[in-house]
Amino acid sequence: MKHYITEINPNGTIAVDDTILVKEYETTAGSKILEGFVPLFSAEAVERLINAGYEISGKTNVGEFGLDLLGEFSNSGAVCDGEYLVGAAADLIAKGEIKGALSVDLNGAPRRAAAISGIDFIKPTYGTVSRYGVIPCACSGEQIGVSASNADGLKELLSVIAGHDDKDGTSLPAEKYEYSLDENVSGMKIAVIRELYDKASDGVRAGIDSFKEKLTAVGAQVEEITFSLVEAAQTAWQIALAAETCNNVSRYEGVKFGYRTPNYKNIDELYVNSRTEGMNFLSKAAILYGSDVLSKGRYNYCYDKTLKIRRVVHDAVKAVFSEYDAILAPACGETAYVPYDIKDAFSRVFAESIFTAVPNLTGIPALVTNGVQLMADVYRESVLLSIAKSAEGRE
Amino acid sequence: MTKYEIVIGLETHVELATDSKIFCSCGGHSSANEPNDCVCPACCGMPGMLPVTNKKVVELAMRAGLLLNCNINRYATFDKKSYYYPDLPCSYQITQWFHPICTNGSVEIKTKNGTRTIGIKQIHMEEDAGKLVHDDWTDTSLVDFNRTSVPLIEIVSKPDFRSSDDVLAYLENLKAMLRFAGVSECEEGAMRCDVNVSIRPEGSTELGVRTEIKNMSSLASIERAIKYETARHIDALERQTEVLVQETRRWDDIKNRTFSMRNKETAADYRYFPDPNLMPIVIDDEWLDSVKASMPASAAQKAEEYKGYGIADKDVEMLTAERNLCDLLDSVIARGCNPKDSVAWILTDCAGILRKNGQIMRNLNISGKKLARIITMVGKNEITRAAGKKVLAAVIEKDVDVDEFCRENSLNAQTDQSAILAVVTRVLDSNAAAVQDYLGGKQKAFGALVGGCMRELKGNGDPATIRSLLEQELEKRR
Repeated sequence: MKHYITEINPNGTIAVDDTILVKEYETTAGSKILEGFVPLFSAEAVERLINAGYEISGKTNVGEFGLDLLGEFSNSGAVCDGEYLVGAAADLIAKGEIKGALSVDLNGAPRRAAAISGIDFIKPTYGTVSRYGVIPCACSGEQIGVSASNADGLKELLSVIAGHDDKDGTSLPAEKYEYSLDENVSGMKIAVIRELYDKASDGVRAGIDSFKEKLTAVGAQVEEITFSLVEAAQTAWQIALAAETCNNVSRYEGVKFGYRTPNYKNIDELYVNSRTEGMNFLSKAAILYGSDVLSKGRYNYCYDKTLKIRRVVHDAVKAVFSEYDAILAPACGETAYVPYDIKDAFSRVFAESIFTAVPNLTGIPALVTNGVQLMADVYRESVLLSIAKSAEGRE
Repeated sequence: MTKYEIVIGLETHVELATDSKIFCSCGGHSSANEPNDCVCPACCGMPGMLPVTNKKVVELAMRAGLLLNCNINRYATFDKKSYYYPDLPCSYQITQWFHPICTNGSVEIKTKNGTRTIGIKQIHMEEDAGKLVHDDWTDTSLVDFNRTSVPLIEIVSKPDFRSSDDVLAYLENLKAMLRFAGVSECEEGAMRCDVNVSIRPEGSTELGVRTEIKNMSSLASIERAIKYETARHIDALERQTEVLVQETRRWDDIKNRTFSMRNKETAADYRYFPDPNLMPIVIDDEWLDSVKASMPASAAQKAEEYKGYGIADKDVEMLTAERNLCDLLDSVIARGCNPKDSVAWILTDCAGILRKNGQIMRNLNISGKKLARIITMVGKNEITRAAGKKVLAAVIEKDVDVDEFCRENSLNAQTDQSAILAVVTRVLDSNAAAVQDYLGGKQKAFGALVGGCMRELKGNGDPATIRSLLEQELEKRR
């Protein structure tokens, strides 16, 4: 059980997930296939933290390519607290060993980890933090986010890393973003999505209920709404994620970087055996699923439809935010997870993604605090940060 | 025997004349000396790097579309094409599949049988792949990524060619047009074709079984490959030598025949999808108008213009064969030089210097400002024409400063009357015989005396001044 895949500086205060490049330190994305890959440059977000004077403690454990629930299927093994799975970076923050962390949110893993460990995490609006230096999987919706022990910590770190970067073609134009913790929460209208509430376990629902009370206590108005597109959004994001992942990880074939099988007699065996030996079952399932939805006979039915659903969900989310300031929803279905067999991983992850898919699919920001998830319209991180801040210290 | 009609379509890949690659800032591979000289983490496909579109590539593709009378689409996407090959760093190529930038154009070609119109289905942008070098000695393959991500356009024609002559005329024309418009340098290997060949009985409107000959770059090979493929198809139909299948073939220039490529490569499912890292290209009126406005005049337009200056047809033809010559001429004319005079400087003097150095006109690289300065100095008798040629050679070979070079080499024509008079007097004094001959009526002797003065002045005397002073002094001695 290792929190760090690579340790960098014992005095460092910020951890960087192993899906994000730090110059001159081996970066594997938790996968055997990238063993020995030492990047020539750091991710833009890491560069900005270092330039602002932060020191990096190390590369935290992640599941292979960040595809699993909490990092349980890392090549370095799962991180557990007792019998329960925890996210490596979230656990370090919860234990007070570091101040914050950078993680890639591509299918909700850092949001779940924050909820499980009781820390705060924010995935900002897509395009506000450069993805330069993120080991790519699902480029259309993955985003670097930050974790910390409270809303002030999130604001501090996010302010450092957000802003336009020429090296990322999807980076939004604003040079800087001003985040606030002081927006007036009293009078805000917050929607609870009934479909997601109903899907969660009793323990998670209790968490939502108590957070609702906190919001009401500070003067916010909480209402239940229906959002019938949650399943469509879930499926659409799993299709996009698998398709893009399948394409992005195809560069790992033993020829250029990372792991190369010793067992080959020709180029085909070099490809097949390197990938067979270098990737885990969950990645392979995603690759096959992704290949299928992009294949000639299936593209129109699966991938093209996904792009259309993305637009429909985007519009529906806009409609919610025309009436409400934020959405309150579970971050995950359970309050704790125990290790399980990797053969079940694809369906487990798929099922859990119903809670996390909408922000990845539509690019809206999402924040986890007190074990619950809040979402707001694009660029409205300050609404989320202010809600989180106002709930602090209230029991 | 049935008469057959040949039906050919072409997919032509053209390397664009940009300073950097299509999605990163690496320089063009032509500047590379060693394998993997022109590479960066981005074009090597390192995880974490992101592509950023080179705007110049889009503009050159638009320019190609305008040249070939295409619709310039206002919405274009970059799409990923997945396949495994060791020269492809990401195991996908970024190309345009769903929304190409230009569609539905046409171009006229002149053949022996008159003018024909060839339809253009589409033009799309894409990145080139790397190169594999096979070392038979050690039985290894080495990868060179210099060419990776070099920007290409692929010009897809309609199946409108009916002979190899058509194909060659089209390619020659395309090359000239693209080079003249600055879209591509069209140097050796910068234009590569996939040739789709089928045959059908004359009069039939249905297309026959098509084979695609991949990656042809020499016109001579294209011609031979088309002839070979046509004969193979006719044999198959007439004498049942084989059953034709739709397939990809490779031309072997030594064996002088085509070979079927392994079917595995052609049966691949490329799993195209829009690249989420590259925003769709949206072309508004303003952008399109600015590209239109920056379109250089065509060779035909330049020819008209030059003929208007009274430049001879033969010279016009030579000038309009190369964009750089037209640019140079335009630049010196804009600086007030006489067009006909300037043409002589370019096509005679510059050409002579290049020839001496084993170069061709396309290599001429001299600033219009400097050439104009030389032409003007000669025109104003500030230097002699002979001195002008000397400066020109120095400018072409070493890019020297014109005025400085004249000063340092004392090329400035001496128009100082008293200095020339002194030389004239000295020459007359020391050539008594020639003076006597001249005064005795031998006009020829005058030329020898002019030559003597010029030698004394190291070729820099103003000839008109020398002549008038000589005449004046000779009269005094009569």
